[in-house]
Amino acid sequence: MTADPQTHHAVWEGNIEELKGLVSEKAFSGESMILNMGPQHPSTHGVLRVILELEGEEVLSCIPDVGFLHTGIEKNMEYKTYEKSIVMTDRMDYLNPMGNGLVYCLAMEKLFELDVPMRAQIARIVLAELTRINSHLVWMGIGGLDLGVTSTMTYAFREREVLLDIFEMVSGQRMMSTYFRPGGLWRDLPDEFEGAVQNVLDTFPAKIDDYDKIITQNPVFVDRTQGIGFISAEDAVAYGLTGAALRGSGVNWDIRKAMPYSSYEQFEFDVPLGQHGDVYDRFIVRIAEMRQSLRIIEQGMKRLQKEKGPFRSDNRKYVPPPRAELGRSMEAVIHHFKLWTEGFRPPKGEVYVSIEGPRGELGCFLASDGSPNPMRVHFRTPSFVNLSALEKLSKNHMIADLVGIIGSIDIVLGDCDR
Amino acid sequence: MSHPLDPKQTLTDTFGDAIEDSEEFRGELTVIVKAEKIIEVAQHLRDAEGLKYNLLSDITVVDYYPAEPRFGVCYHLYSMAFNRRLRLKVLWSDGDAPVPSMTKLWPSANWEEREAYDMMGIVFSGHPDMRRIFMPDDWQGYPQRKDYPLGYETVQFSFNYDEIAKHKPFAKK
Repeated sequence: MTADPQTHHAVWEGNIEELKGLVSEKAFSGESMILNMGPQHPSTHGVLRVILELEGEEVLSCIPDVGFLHTGIEKNMEYKTYEKSIVMTDRMDYLNPMGNGLVYCLAMEKLFELDVPMRAQIARIVLAELTRINSHLVWMGIGGLDLGVTSTMTYAFREREVLLDIFEMVSGQRMMSTYFRPGGLWRDLPDEFEGAVQNVLDTFPAKIDDYDKIITQNPVFVDRTQGIGFISAEDAVAYGLTGAALRGSGVNWDIRKAMPYSSYEQFEFDVPLGQHGDVYDRFIVRIAEMRQSLRIIEQGMKRLQKEKGPFRSDNRKYVPPPRAELGRSMEAVIHHFKLWTEGFRPPKGEVYVSIEGPRGELGCFLASDGSPNPMRVHFRTPSFVNLSALEKLSKNHMIADLVGIIGSIDIVLGDCDR
Repeated sequence: MSHPLDPKQTLTDTFGDAIEDSEEFRGELTVIVKAEKIIEVAQHLRDAEGLKYNLLSDITVVDYYPAEPRFGVCYHLYSMAFNRRLRLKVLWSDGDAPVPSMTKLWPSANWEEREAYDMMGIVFSGHPDMRRIFMPDDWQGYPQRKDYPLGYETVQFSFNYDEIAKHKPFAKK
């Protein structure tokens, strides 16, 4: 795409033959129109480019083009030690930094056979659920904005600020927290944490009721979302959809229930399900998930009051000793030096761990060759797989509905492109 | 609901020589399958009673450089009925016959295989749309390979514009 020097209009110099096999024959005879949407489009949630074949306003085919945010995170992690590459995971899905760190730490812990103290496990759950609410708030704000409910954005970002303050309180960073470490947490939860989370528990239920009124009971919103972007339960599984996009089609599969990690099996919560598999059902599933997250956080905070044990494993081969120990133990000095210069040498092997992220199955495949750097790290990111179903979801819908469909599968392009 | 079957035993009984090896590590079962039989094996795992691995979670590639065969293409399958995972692995080297594409069984394999091609240079046969997915179309090499150095892209300024544009034939379009 270049600009015409006289008119400054964009001129496409590409060849339509490049799209052969991707769009229908009509595009070549001129019966349908090819339109480029994005990558700098406000409703593509980041830098997503979609090539659309249109007949009037109807989308005949839709070809998503990703990779604009590809930053080589998997490659970079191979050049860092295991522990130092946790910072890279935060930058992947920037709305779910705690979840990315959690899945990477769980994969490491499975590979090393490292135990995590109960206090750290519960704290991880509480923070992962707060991150889920944070992510759903941004999704709701932007998704509402796309469909014309502009006020959601303001409310959602007001509430999100409260959560980001909590993340800053525990880790020192609002978004890129790097708080979870192999074997536990970076440091213990601060004293103010309990009050801050209690404040969330007290105020959020009423606010979520407000969102319910503003979005799901808004007749314009309901008309624009019901029956749009339908996918059946069988197709949803075949296309690899996970998370709320799968549960909106009525498939009861939540990794927190199916394969509990970090002691989720000790918590009581429900898995909200949709029935129709359309955009509206995916919206209400996520709103209901926020309420369930609050339930989990409430139970977690009660557990944290009782679990006053260590916040990190004391396996010194993988976990650095506390600062105070360095003054009196030569062993501790050696461990500290080894862990921060060379890193640890895990056993050889390959593991795959997945968690229920806000967008779906967030998996981490970790292959070790026995050296201090991971041989291969791969993230199965829900945005990537869910976005590949966009073509199926948006077929024969209007352009305006496409915007709602992209919102309903809740993509983060940093997560998709890695 | 039918009774869950042991996947390793069932595959060895059904496919015999097509199953090269299997290993278990940290409770995860990996079955190494010959490339030309991967579609039959996957279809059996997906459809047979007692297996029902209906979700293809992920396809990823490990580069074992300098070992031969060099690449391991891993398919992570999940069975919703029996709540268990299985990893299928195909060993592949440059110059081998292309790996048959999974897209006919699971449409979700489409982008996963494009990523495997883009990052590692694995060639798939029967894929409907084999283009690079993350890197630009005129990119040289496969960035995730072990013999591809970790580098960076030089920023294009006016003084080095022509030099960089030489490596990017498509950028001028």
